Amino acid sequence: MTQATESIKYTPLYDFHKQLGAKMVEFAGYSMPVQYPLGIKQEHLHTREKAGLFDVSHMGQILLKGESAAAELEKLVPVDIVDLPKMKQRYALFTNSRGGVLDDLMVTNIEDGLFLVVNSACKQKDVEHLKRHIQHKCDIEMLKDRSLLALQGPAAAGIMAKLAPESSQMVFMTAANLVLDGVECLVTRSGYTGEDGFEISLPSSHAEHLARLLLEEEDVEMIGLGARDTLRLEAGLCLYGHDLNENITPVEAGLTWALSKERRKDGKRPGGYLGFDKIFEQLEKGIQMKRVGLQPEGKIPVRENSIIVDDDDQIIGKVSSGGFGPSVGGPVSMGYVPIESAKEGTKLWALVRDRAIPMQVVPLPFMKTHYYRG
Amino acid sequence: MSQIKYSEEHEWVEVGDDGIASIGITDFAQAQLGDLVYIELPEEGQEIQKGESVSVIESVKAASELYAPVSGTIVEVNGALDEKPELVNQDAMGNWFIKVKLSDADELDDLMDEADYKDSIE
Repeated sequence: MTQATESIKYTPLYDFHKQLGAKMVEFAGYSMPVQYPLGIKQEHLHTREKAGLFDVSHMGQILLKGESAAAELEKLVPVDIVDLPKMKQRYALFTNSRGGVLDDLMVTNIEDGLFLVVNSACKQKDVEHLKRHIQHKCDIEMLKDRSLLALQGPAAAGIMAKLAPESSQMVFMTAANLVLDGVECLVTRSGYTGEDGFEISLPSSHAEHLARLLLEEEDVEMIGLGARDTLRLEAGLCLYGHDLNENITPVEAGLTWALSKERRKDGKRPGGYLGFDKIFEQLEKGIQMKRVGLQPEGKIPVRENSIIVDDDDQIIGKVSSGGFGPSVGGPVSMGYVPIESAKEGTKLWALVRDRAIPMQVVPLPFMKTHYYRG
Repeated sequence: MSQIKYSEEHEWVEVGDDGIASIGITDFAQAQLGDLVYIELPEEGQEIQKGESVSVIESVKAASELYAPVSGTIVEVNGALDEKPELVNQDAMGNWFIKVKLSDADELDDLMDEADYKDSIE
């Protein structure tokens, strides 16, 4: 077998990040800003207090077209897509035949069809998955000339309203076509920080112009992937490849809320997606293990892959995401534990270097979310 | 007169008039690590060998270690870093981690002077 050496990819904002003094790292094949001179902690806190601007152009933007696109996509996700109203957005998951998660994504019903935002590391795999299963019934197009910016935080709405007053009509998980300083953008009111905010899909040719314009706002700072990770962790949101993978089902991941009632066993269009039988069985009979929030005692961050043991010193699970939460002001983790140890308040231990760190099972999220629901 | 020496692992060592070496991490190291959130300090009285890990430094991003640039006995640890690890981000050269009574002063000769260290990180 020959090993393909893939060359590193760049987003249209690469030079812009470099000019701003960002520290660039390779992430999912892209050279991405992990932090700017402000640093992860301050970038994180700034996003929670004012507004952060993120370049997330590495993520995959896919357009599904054709009359039956919604019905076809329903064969691959446990989510109601057929009845998804125009300009509404829904969180979805591509499942495999065992009910495991191939990727998590956002689906928006736009004029042209269905607009999907998928994880960067999964986007080629996702397009192949779509092609293999539903190409004969709909057009699948990876939108290669589009960038994605996220403006997140309590000041985001005010800033967006200055550029497009109609954005103030938008609520969480809705979309609008907005002209921002002459640039036609597809904007959704959603994000990955737990804060109110927007994701802005726009032609790559205009990405730097809009980023510069937004950054001129006093309340806006550029935010790197480092703070994006700590923000989503405090918000209790899953990161694919860490908290989600092909061997974890949505039920085990605590994402049962994302399984639309229309697609459940007693719903209007039950099952019919890959692995639905496994997921129905789990919904009916329960699960063995589950994702939980874990609050370590003290100050030592309990990071991904730390072993979790119970009071009897038995190894029972692993931390799937963990680190320091700047808004929490201490360590925060999530991990998978057996259902009998998943109850809130359960005392567990994590092994970090040569010591056992006491932890408690706590509800997610760690920080109150501020989604704008009108 | 004291002189500051540097290790390849980005520690600094300053030997005072009393022959006691203060050891910390360089400004380059703190910038690479980013915001520090926890520093696990060793015990006073502990014997350390050159090259051995003596402290764990946790930043928002990751955990890394402080390797002893010289051998000796730890005579003092900087307890202030326990409460405020960010002091190292603010002034890396001004905030030592440990003070060590050297067991072999010749080890200092293996370390770099400031000019060589600066060359090494460019």
